[in-house]
Amino acid sequence: MRAPLGPYRSFFAARFRMLLQYRGAAFGGMVTQLVFGLILVMVYEAFYRSSSAAQPMSLEQVRSYVWLGQAMLALLPWNVEGELRAMIRTGGVAYELLRPLRLYPLWYARTLASRLAPTLLRAVPILVLAFAFFGLRLPPSPAAALAYLAATAGAVALGAALTVVFTVSLLWTVSGEGITQLGTALVVILSGMAVPIPLFPDAIRPLVEFLPFRGLVDIPFRLYVGNLPPSAVLPLLGHQLAWTAVLVALGALLLRRGLRRLEIQGG
Amino acid sequence: MRVKGGLGLYGRYLGISIRSQMQYRASFVMLSLGHFLVTGIEFATIWILFERFGSLRGWTLPEVGLFYGIVNTAFALSDAAARGFDLFGGMVKNGDFDRVLLRPRGAALQVAGQELTLRRVGRLAQGLIVLGWSASRLAVAWSAGKALLVVASIASASCLFFGIVVLQATAAFWTVETLEIFNCLTYGGVQTLQYPVAIYRTWFRKFFTYVVPLAAVSYFPGLAVLGKTDPLGTGRLFQSLAPLAGPAFLGLSLLAWRVGVRHYQSTGS
Repeated sequence: MRAPLGPYRSFFAARFRMLLQYRGAAFGGMVTQLVFGLILVMVYEAFYRSSSAAQPMSLEQVRSYVWLGQAMLALLPWNVEGELRAMIRTGGVAYELLRPLRLYPLWYARTLASRLAPTLLRAVPILVLAFAFFGLRLPPSPAAALAYLAATAGAVALGAALTVVFTVSLLWTVSGEGITQLGTALVVILSGMAVPIPLFPDAIRPLVEFLPFRGLVDIPFRLYVGNLPPSAVLPLLGHQLAWTAVLVALGALLLRRGLRRLEIQGG
Repeated sequence: MRVKGGLGLYGRYLGISIRSQMQYRASFVMLSLGHFLVTGIEFATIWILFERFGSLRGWTLPEVGLFYGIVNTAFALSDAAARGFDLFGGMVKNGDFDRVLLRPRGAALQVAGQELTLRRVGRLAQGLIVLGWSASRLAVAWSAGKALLVVASIASASCLFFGIVVLQATAAFWTVETLEIFNCLTYGGVQTLQYPVAIYRTWFRKFFTYVVPLAAVSYFPGLAVLGKTDPLGTGRLFQSLAPLAGPAFLGLSLLAWRVGVRHYQSTGS
């Protein structure tokens, strides 16, 4: 008897191995990421030198934060899973329905692979270079490092759940690039990717800290740089998990609704 | 006579491209709106940082808005017009470029005429809005000369971005693949030049002044418009003439392109 997770794990592994083949694209992407990181670091240095007021985050912390952001960029729900998008457009999604598997876990597994593989390819070299040359620091304590790893796992689960919601929305719009772009815009600003959330104006910070997006970037990165204490890790993981559960439920619900009215586009 | 024929043909190409995009009007509207929002994040970021820090080494938000508006407007124009060169790597790979060479017209003209990407109007609108906002906030005595300098700066920066994309396509004659590294110069250039280059480290600033002269086409004329003394110590005459670097760069890129066309060997597929 096979373990119940078996087939989903196989889909994950197949997609993961395929995406690891694109090393050339990863190299080009890596250089671009390094240049962007350098620009951002210089901009922050200039801003920090412009004001003598005490800031909620030190320049050293921001520098490490920027480099983590460049390394982990592919983990964000930028885009829907490429194969699924093509399937929905061409009607190939019919084959997915024929498989004797549950669709939501299947799509979640595929999405997880397409987030993790490119991230692994890019993250390691960028982190090594940033650590050697560009001012990335190690976490202040082993506890901070552990908290960071736990929160990164939470961010991966949350990111995949959010990506599936974007993907399922394609069942309604077919072309769907509009909603993806809108989603990207929300994620980039509200996750803390564009600017660390502690630097946001005080009036909007409570709202941003309530929303799910901070679980993607703000929580793991601030644990890493020591801007959030490792002792706070449990409620933070709770924030990530609660929103992951909500988004999984939403994704599964939308998927059921979408399939009920699904028309397969011809041959 | 030949030039006129070329321009007429280019116009016809673009007309076809526009009509075909207008067949999917709802999609066009959504994509433009999405593009408007995504590119608008950049300015939201700058606003947040100014709220937090007050100023950027003595520069104000409207002053940064001028640089931001110039470079984003210029990039939107070039990005819409240069899409054909963007797709060029694929043409080489598929062997489609062979067909282009068979026709009795210039290759650059045909490649450029493939598409005018209308949805870039999202970034264009966003850049123009920021430009308009900062123009109304700046304590600048606007004159015809200053307005002309802004227009020249935008036109020149468009030429320069176009030139970079032509170089990227030219590299495909040798590599058969579009090199993602050039994105450092296009998108990275936009990211860099939306702030005054005086804030960057010297080697970085020099690269974007002398090698890929993006600073020459936006920062220096921008200073002349603002009437600010350059922390880097350039004079007004130099600042007003600096936009000439854009068309010059485009000219050199097209020369390189010609060398590439002569070097072209079909992939045979």
